[in-house]
Amino acid sequence: MMQNKSTEIFVGMFVAAGLAALFMLAMKVSNLGDFTDETGYQVTAEFENIGGLKVRSAVTMAGVRVGRVASINLHPVTYNAEVTINMYPQFDNLPLDTSASIYTAGLLGEQYIGLVAGAEEEFLQDGDVIDLTQPALVLEQVIGQFLYSKAEGDE
Amino acid sequence: MPLVKIRDLHFYRGNRAIFDGVNIDIERGKVTAIMGPSGTGKTTLLKLIGGQLRPHQGTIEVDGQDVHKLSHSQLYELRKRMGMLFQSGALLTDLNVYDNVAFPLREHTDLPESLIRDLVLMKLQSVGLRNARNMSPNELSGGMARRVALARAVALEPMMIMYDEPFTGQDPISMGTLVNLIHRMNDAMGLTSIVVSHDVAETAEIADNIYLLSDGKIIEQGTTLQLKHSSSQWVQQFMQGLPDGPVPFHYGGRDYADDLLNPEENA
Amino acid sequence: MINLIRSLGRWGLGTFERQGRAHLFLFNMLLGIPGLFLRFSLVVQQLFSVGVLSILIILISGLFVGMVLGLQGYNTLVDFGAEESLGVLVSLSLVRELGPVVSALLFAGRAGSALTAEIGLMKSTEQLSGMEMMAVDPIRRIIAPRFLAGIIAMPLLAAIFSAVGILGGFLVGHGLLGVDDGAFWSQMQAKTDLYDDILNGVIKSVVFGFVVTWIALFEGHDATPTSEGVGRATTRTVVHSAFAILGLDFVLTALMFGDE
Ligand SMILES: Nc1ncnc2c1ncn2[C@@H]1O[C@H](COP(=O)(O)OP(=O)(O)O)[C@@H](O)[C@H]1O
Ligand SMILES: [Mg+2]
Repeated sequence: MMQNKSTEIFVGMFVAAGLAALFMLAMKVSNLGDFTDETGYQVTAEFENIGGLKVRSAVTMAGVRVGRVASINLHPVTYNAEVTINMYPQFDNLPLDTSASIYTAGLLGEQYIGLVAGAEEEFLQDGDVIDLTQPALVLEQVIGQFLYSKAEGDE
Repeated sequence: MPLVKIRDLHFYRGNRAIFDGVNIDIERGKVTAIMGPSGTGKTTLLKLIGGQLRPHQGTIEVDGQDVHKLSHSQLYELRKRMGMLFQSGALLTDLNVYDNVAFPLREHTDLPESLIRDLVLMKLQSVGLRNARNMSPNELSGGMARRVALARAVALEPMMIMYDEPFTGQDPISMGTLVNLIHRMNDAMGLTSIVVSHDVAETAEIADNIYLLSDGKIIEQGTTLQLKHSSSQWVQQFMQGLPDGPVPFHYGGRDYADDLLNPEENA
Repeated sequence: MINLIRSLGRWGLGTFERQGRAHLFLFNMLLGIPGLFLRFSLVVQQLFSVGVLSILIILISGLFVGMVLGLQGYNTLVDFGAEESLGVLVSLSLVRELGPVVSALLFAGRAGSALTAEIGLMKSTEQLSGMEMMAVDPIRRIIAPRFLAGIIAMPLLAAIFSAVGILGGFLVGHGLLGVDDGAFWSQMQAKTDLYDDILNGVIKSVVFGFVVTWIALFEGHDATPTSEGVGRATTRTVVHSAFAILGLDFVLTALMFGDE
């Protein structure tokens, strides 16, 4: 009986340690923290090209994360990429003419959407559309344009 | 009506017939011995009776029920009323003596722990090992292990008990103890006992009825006295332990002289 | 020639028969599991021998694997000026692959072989047979609790392995090599996904726990009841478990992470 009791204690400690490890993986290692405050409002933006943007990519303003990409679709008429963004609820005072661009974090990093505030008095609300957008830089295009303009300049 | 009724039993291992048409009746309240040389299938017979093996032909009835026609749960119900003492004792090595004897009670009853304690101590007292209850099975001698296994086998008060070679490898004192115990258990508890053995003297001492088994068949059957005066040479050789007779000393095969003269044939 | 074909045929039939027995065995084990919730103390006892006794080797191995990942990862990343990504590298390697796989391999060696030896020995000393004759089904009483304990213990052990490994990677990366600790954790958090990475890692380890415990118990139960037979069964448990873990890992990885 005595031995039984210590067995139970050890097993209890083992299970607690395992659950604690799982908890640590979920909270400290993964992006679970970002999911907790996700019930904000949604806005959409159309881009000519989104490059390597993915669902759940970050949306930032001045480097501060203000939301996340919720879904990406192809617009049936314009053939642009239609990106739906989940904005965190505390950022409910962004001007209506806020613009969105797609940037790359570092040389090889992930792509994200950077927002720049406009000057309107009215704020973005659920269902609004961001009209001012700038597509992702595609490296081949940039290099192509560079070479092209250099060739022109030489003439 | 006999408690165990075996009719036309056939059982094979590969191509070899272990049983080839065997009929046995085990009478209620009696000690029945089944004897035969090693490897004839005595253990196999007990496993057939217990429903752990299936016969290829024939029937085995225990208390009026055909063992091999029962459902899984019916078979397990029947086994609660059958005790079996394995050759090795088969005690659970991770439990001590007390918990081994308590095991069937805890598995099959909802008795309170205080009552289980009384029952376990009573069973252990009857095999003389009440004070060994805190020992672990690997601290026990072979004879003690078998006595503990006996206490465990009778814990659920079964109607019958099967002993597989209870005397093999025992010193004379524990042999005597076991003979005595089997006899006492049978009479005091109104048990039916089946003793499988090749120890002639000890078995003859307690058996009311003896079956002699050889080569898949019952060679002879009767009381000890009847067997001792059997006209069969084979029975005489077995009962008296003679080295040569119908069962030859030499395993069958080529002639000795032939073997010596043609050594290359072995390679 | 004919003999060769015959022995090939016999081998094939034998393999099929064994597979059949193994699956029947699994089926019986699964049948025994519901009853365990009434007698959970049986499972707790097995969690001790399967889980608690494996924890030391898991802790030590996890720590060292994480530290080595930290060192090796740093040396590669520093060439690209991307040493801030060390946290990602360590966490994804551990959570997706090394945690489930290495801890399952250790589990097979530590707990799996012990289970096979224990069951094999119980068989050869007629304890299982004896239990059957006491009208106690050994599959339900002995085997099923061990099976459930293995399935519960494996993901916990893998999580401990990964967590300790990440700490080991952090100790080396931050403490020894001077990677910024904020960057280490924030990059890790940005790129490690709860569902895609952590949950899939847990699913992997549950599958590994299931398969390793199944193999171990079946080998023990199917062992030739001699000391040599039990020895061979124990070896087979470790070898077959390793094959099963690595093969299944490939399949699961292709299913889980393939469509990205
Ligand atoms: N599991 C088994 N597989 C194959 N043959 C077996 C098995 N068990 C027993 N045998 C064979 O069956 C015969 C009878 O065995 P057993 O009943 O143990 O004999 P006994 O108890 O009379 O000494 C022996 O020849 C033995 O080799
Ligand atoms: Mg035998």
